[in-house]
Amino acid sequence: MKVVLQELTKIFPSRTKKGQEVVAVNKFDFEIPDGKLVGLLGPSGCGKSTTLYMICGLQKPSSGKIFFGEDDVTSLAPEYRGVGLVFQNYALYPHMTVKQNILFPLQNFKGADRLSKSEMLERAYNVAKLVQIDELMDRKPNELSGGQQQRVAIARALVKMPRVLLLDEPLSNLDARLRLQTREEIKRIQRETGITTVFVTHDQEEAMSISDIIVVMKLGIVQQIGKPQSVYDDPVNLFVAKFLGTPPINVFQGTVKGGRLYIGEDNVLATPDVEDQEVFVGIRPEGFIYDKNGPLHCNLRNVEVMGRDVSIVSTSDASLNPTIRSIVDADNKIDTENQTVSFSLKPHKVFIFNKETEERIRFGNTASPAEVKE
Amino acid sequence: MVDSKKQWKAWLYLSPVIILTLVFTVWPIINTVRIAFLNDYTLMGDAGGMTFSVGVKNFQKVIQYPDFLICLKNTILLTVITVPISTFLALLIAVCLNSIKVLNKLLQTIYFLPYVTNTIAIGMVFATMFSMVGSGFGGADPYISTAGIINNILGVFGIEPVNWVNAGSTYWANMFVMIVYIVWNALPFKILILLGGLQSVNKQYYEAAKVDGTSRVRTFFRITVPMLSPMLAYVIITGFIGGFKEYSSVVGVFGEGMGPAGTEGTLNTMVGFINTNLMGKKPREGIASAGALILFVIIFAVTMLNMYVSKKRVHY
Repeated sequence: MKVVLQELTKIFPSRTKKGQEVVAVNKFDFEIPDGKLVGLLGPSGCGKSTTLYMICGLQKPSSGKIFFGEDDVTSLAPEYRGVGLVFQNYALYPHMTVKQNILFPLQNFKGADRLSKSEMLERAYNVAKLVQIDELMDRKPNELSGGQQQRVAIARALVKMPRVLLLDEPLSNLDARLRLQTREEIKRIQRETGITTVFVTHDQEEAMSISDIIVVMKLGIVQQIGKPQSVYDDPVNLFVAKFLGTPPINVFQGTVKGGRLYIGEDNVLATPDVEDQEVFVGIRPEGFIYDKNGPLHCNLRNVEVMGRDVSIVSTSDASLNPTIRSIVDADNKIDTENQTVSFSLKPHKVFIFNKETEERIRFGNTASPAEVKE
Repeated sequence: MVDSKKQWKAWLYLSPVIILTLVFTVWPIINTVRIAFLNDYTLMGDAGGMTFSVGVKNFQKVIQYPDFLICLKNTILLTVITVPISTFLALLIAVCLNSIKVLNKLLQTIYFLPYVTNTIAIGMVFATMFSMVGSGFGGADPYISTAGIINNILGVFGIEPVNWVNAGSTYWANMFVMIVYIVWNALPFKILILLGGLQSVNKQYYEAAKVDGTSRVRTFFRITVPMLSPMLAYVIITGFIGGFKEYSSVVGVFGEGMGPAGTEGTLNTMVGFINTNLMGKKPREGIASAGALILFVIIFAVTMLNMYVSKKRVHY
């Protein structure tokens, strides 16, 4: 089931008479292809959860339309949309066993849709097997670990065979190790069921690792939509570039003069066809090459050895981050005696942005933006 | 932990409370049990150093009182009828109050008013409301004068006035008034507790139920009631305890006669029985203590039963 959002907008009225209304989601246009896993990504307050709740039906859009396939569901109540929702804190009914929790949505079916008792049980056990909790059916939620509760919540959302599965911050309540495991699990379940899935997260790593498509949002406005790798490799503006990637991108003050990019006094890169102007320069940590004769000079702070890689921490007056973090291969022997460290740069890992609009300025070395086409 | 050298200070600061509790709560309880098991106990004799034989004579005497069974029956009836009604109504009102947004605070205050109003005053108002002859009683033409508001309302619907509380009224008419009164009086506290419970239920359970297409009735019985079960257990248990101690409500409506003029005592309760019959004009401390112990055992047993049932039904 593809999901189409047309100019979807949500405006919350102000609480006080004089206060301003809040535009939580602003003209969101997007077609989620059938059977894909889509991650809505953004800092808190960017409108990603509001978007999810509008798709779900718990919140009504101020304007715009939502289609499931060809059906306009914009004004449809959530129970008629056929969506499964997994809440951030799972919202498992604490007084019911796992089995009762999973059966609960099925018991709401009325009339011709109503299943016999044995059919209900069969469906419940099938979905429990899918999420691997069929051993725990008689436990209460408080007797389960966080990861198990999460699975139960997914099972409860899946048991009624929804057209769309929605997950609100699915991993935020899990510890780091479980998070890694569970995100693989969500990916697997999504693949096996083939249900169009939308999930919300503020964790870019999480979104990057499992989504087929990510949507980066900021203050209610969609910044960029695309495959995780292409959004990472080709951000449209400074916000997206800063939001994606760990360690985060290094940002510098820079100047373009005569087709060359300067960071401080250092002439680092050729930027053909770019007009002379002040710019922000973003360099991915992996975009640095340790090079004694490199054009970029920074003050060496320290070197962190991480086994496969070496992380060089340095500072520069031109840097907007407190420290510059560059990741180079461990084969490099870093001269820690020296006060300064020099780098040359991989051009495709260097992005320049307009100082006012913070929009990307392209300079020939990067491919045109990869469109999402499925 | 407090340094052991400074512990005497803690004890010093606590001592007023400890001494008062020992003197006015702990000792009277112990003394009541002691007195109840002393045959032919008299206060003067006790003070004069008399010794009494130990036995259960006091308990036998309590049970042999002709009013004992009447009072026990009234108490049990009032409790068993009013606790379920008031709990159910309180739940209904709490759910309604919780779901409205306009005037929410004002309505909560109004519903809470009976709680801070004097029991006797409410009783007198109820007696007037249900009165047959109103303020004209004893006048030149007593039976035509103004009737209470309830009979006036009944009159609008063409129903003959009912003698609710006046001389010559029936037992069940009296009971009806008492039930209405006690239920009404018990509501505010229960609403307060249940409303507090409702407001602490995570809204996401309701959103989850909504997404799954759960009907309102099913949501109420499968989600709201279980979520409120600890509070429900609390109001039911305290309701039973309060019901067995019912006394001032009857005094409020019928006065210390504990019944309509002419048939005094027909609505007497256990506390009234201990207070009036056993300790009334001619104090009999031994028998009254035995009566109090009997009431205690009843309340204790009912509370244990409540706890046993709620263990299976309450989801904490």
